[in-house]
Amino acid sequence: MGKSRSLLSRTRTRSAWLVLLPMLVTLFVVAAWPLGRTIWFSFTDASLDLMADAQFVGIRNYLEYVKFGDEDGQYYGLLADARWWRSVWNTIYFAVVSVSFETLFGLVIALVLNQQFRGRGLVRAAVLIPWAIPTIVSAKMWAWMMHDQFGILNDMFQRLGLISEPVAWTASPDTAMIAVMIVDIWKTTPFMALLILAGLQMVPQDIYEAAKLDGVPAFRTFRRVTLPLILPAILVAVVFRTLDALRVFDIIYVLTPNTDATRTMSVYARENLFDYDQFAYGSAASTLLFLVIAVITITFIMATRMDLEGKRS
Amino acid sequence: MKTPLWKRLGFYAVVAVIVLQALFPFYYAILTSLEDGQALFDVNYLPAAPDFVNYRTMLTQGVFGRQILNSVFVATVVVIFSLALAVTAAYALSRIQFRGRGLLLLTVLSVSMFPQIAVLSGLFEVIRFFGLFNSLWALVFSYMIFTLPFTVWVLTTFMRNMPVEIEEAAIMDGASSLTIIRRVFLPLMWPAMVTTGLLAFIHAWNEFLFALTFLSTDSQRTVPVAIALISGRSEFEIPWGNIMAASVIVTLPLVALVLVFQRKIVSGLTAGAVKG
Amino acid sequence: MAKVELVNVSKSYGDVEVLHDINLALEEGEFVVFVGPSGCGKSTLLRMIAGLEDITGGELLIGGEPMNDVLPAKRGISMVFQSYALYPHMTVFENMAFGLEQAKLSKPEIRERVNKAATMLQIEPLLDRKPKQLSGGQRQRVAIGRAITRDPRVFLFDEPLSNLDAALRVDTRLEIASLHERLTGTTMIYVTHDQVEAMTLADRIVVLNGGVIEQVGTPMDLYENPASQFVAGFIGSPKMNLLTGPVAENEGAATYGIRPEHIRFSRDEGLWIGRVVLTERLGSDTFVHVKTEGVGMVNVRIEGRADIEQGETVHLTPDARSVHLFYADGTPLSRKFMQ
Repeated sequence: MGKSRSLLSRTRTRSAWLVLLPMLVTLFVVAAWPLGRTIWFSFTDASLDLMADAQFVGIRNYLEYVKFGDEDGQYYGLLADARWWRSVWNTIYFAVVSVSFETLFGLVIALVLNQQFRGRGLVRAAVLIPWAIPTIVSAKMWAWMMHDQFGILNDMFQRLGLISEPVAWTASPDTAMIAVMIVDIWKTTPFMALLILAGLQMVPQDIYEAAKLDGVPAFRTFRRVTLPLILPAILVAVVFRTLDALRVFDIIYVLTPNTDATRTMSVYARENLFDYDQFAYGSAASTLLFLVIAVITITFIMATRMDLEGKRS
Repeated sequence: MKTPLWKRLGFYAVVAVIVLQALFPFYYAILTSLEDGQALFDVNYLPAAPDFVNYRTMLTQGVFGRQILNSVFVATVVVIFSLALAVTAAYALSRIQFRGRGLLLLTVLSVSMFPQIAVLSGLFEVIRFFGLFNSLWALVFSYMIFTLPFTVWVLTTFMRNMPVEIEEAAIMDGASSLTIIRRVFLPLMWPAMVTTGLLAFIHAWNEFLFALTFLSTDSQRTVPVAIALISGRSEFEIPWGNIMAASVIVTLPLVALVLVFQRKIVSGLTAGAVKG
Repeated sequence: MAKVELVNVSKSYGDVEVLHDINLALEEGEFVVFVGPSGCGKSTLLRMIAGLEDITGGELLIGGEPMNDVLPAKRGISMVFQSYALYPHMTVFENMAFGLEQAKLSKPEIRERVNKAATMLQIEPLLDRKPKQLSGGQRQRVAIGRAITRDPRVFLFDEPLSNLDAALRVDTRLEIASLHERLTGTTMIYVTHDQVEAMTLADRIVVLNGGVIEQVGTPMDLYENPASQFVAGFIGSPKMNLLTGPVAENEGAATYGIRPEHIRFSRDEGLWIGRVVLTERLGSDTFVHVKTEGVGMVNVRIEGRADIEQGETVHLTPDARSVHLFYADGTPLSRKFMQ
């Protein structure tokens, strides 16, 4: 009796692992190991200069009750830190609002780009440009446009009669978050539009023709036919963008540094890691952010039962 | 049956708004970069007296030229490394049946969703351990965390769609796995490699958090950090003209890439995301 | 130049067995065709001989040596694929030389072998072209040429004609037949679902169905003595009439088989009487579908042109020596009146 697995498949399996090895080692060193260390640091008293001798301190960085004596005491640690909870709220607020608008605008742009009209290629290229501009550059560009004294945005809005006084978009706590969201929406809507457009282009054209022959009004065709068909594409795009929005850092760091109004989890973590020399505490914040994103990712993968093997049915 | 005029006008109005909002900020950045002195602080919508002094300042004074080279170096090397690692890995993941393949793909995918901040402190330690702090290699190394999963993912999807029989013919011809990758698949993969390479390049070119954290001196920095850190002596002396000139310089190559490779970029972006 | 033997060979994917206990011995220089409906396991069997599929159980011998654990390239086998599988980025010459390069042959030797194969197939003028500059037929020749250069002991063809249009298919079929003449001693195994290809090319045909061998024999063997109702229905064009009901029961069988060409047609008298439902005129032959009382629908071949109208009443007489009778499980009763 021959072996059930031939020399060929054994050779192929062996070379599979061999060619995968460099990638796996790299991913281990840049991702798995650092992640493990971050989590470890969050349970220690590590500081920037003393990483190697960090001592295990339990969950002190997360939560600790310190007794002052006489029944008196107070909770310390990340979970008792109002600034942390504020940044959690900021992050969620930012993610929900930005992604909602990006989806809406993305859908509109995708629907426009899905039409046949002269100059469509050029319009698509133009739409892509905000995506290609580095985040830092977009933040700076908008910071200048939103300048309270010399910004063109105030000038425009005043000419249009939308505002009577110049607004300090980035400096005022009331508008700082709006400013950040405007930049993010402007920059990432193209990505959304492209993903939705890809979904739209997979809808067979004859469905529209059939609907037209049946005399279905355009809006109802969209709501009853197009939307359900592209919903999966939209969902995937929304999940990807949400994961991205939850780790937002660059825009805020450049546009509105050091304000409670826009500090997100990533900004909070980095501040503690490198600016306040609270390395362990910052690591704890990083770990929590990772957990939030991991939970969402896992839920998403479970919910959609992604076809990872790419099996063709 | 012709579309009524008002409908067509409405449609083109929407198109105009879309194009305008997409282009205006960049247009305004160019406009600002060509102004100096008092002209900078007068709001205008059309160029008044274009002047290249900001560009001259950026490119001749200070280390901005050096910083551009840093960015070019980092992004190029990152692309080369990630493509080299990803092509072989993608072959194994798309073409060879072995136990644990699904799990591996899942791992790769989940790494691509890692928040960078979550590995920051651990990575900081690793980079110091290898003595790479304030070295461009620190960025080449750390950027693998986002370019590698992405390139592996896209190339795997691409390779999966190549005809099985070509590979079987090569097996019958006695080619080893490495020969099949090098002689048969690699020459057929150029379109996909260009696409993923471009996206990885843009990603690496734009990265901020790692570059901000792992480099400490001006001459080592890459352009996004350099631009973010340009400042005046006080809030009122921020050299907006210089900042905009620098912004235009680092953005123009990207805009050119987008215009030339529009189709490839779009297909790469959607392959990376939709094919979940 | 080698015998190919399969001993108790089986193949399963997980718990599903797709080939059961295959025993087969192919003689040196023989042209053998595996034929059967799609999903019967014929391609899997071929790919197991090639080494592209693992052999789950049993043994494969080529030239008397066990091959289960030998790499495909070391089995002395060449294969022509359905899609030709030419390397799109290589010229015809490079395509044909690739395997020889892998075998570490010297440059002059490679050139000599490629040129020899190219001459044989008359594709010398194409050597510098890329596959996309070739027509379907030319690609097919190059694919065959690539297989020849390796000087194989056994030649495998996996449905090589199915991507060609009808006219080219006949030409290429003739070409493959003449190739077999010229490459004396080379065993050829050819997989197809088209029984016409099988009948015209094969020295011997292996009919597969549902993962088992139904029958092995020369084309005429299969035509005249089908070993099962499946083979009777599969071999021959158009299909044998397989009739059930009284006509079969009278003979003590479940199915009564008679080929359209073995029924005598008459306007005046015959064993069966029926009404014409449909007439198909092919020029050389006319096929008449007759609804026959107490028998069922019967397809009859009439040579040449026949002016028969729909609705006409006609008489049919089956040639008793050519009747095939089968039990309900498909196994044949001994032939009536024969011998």
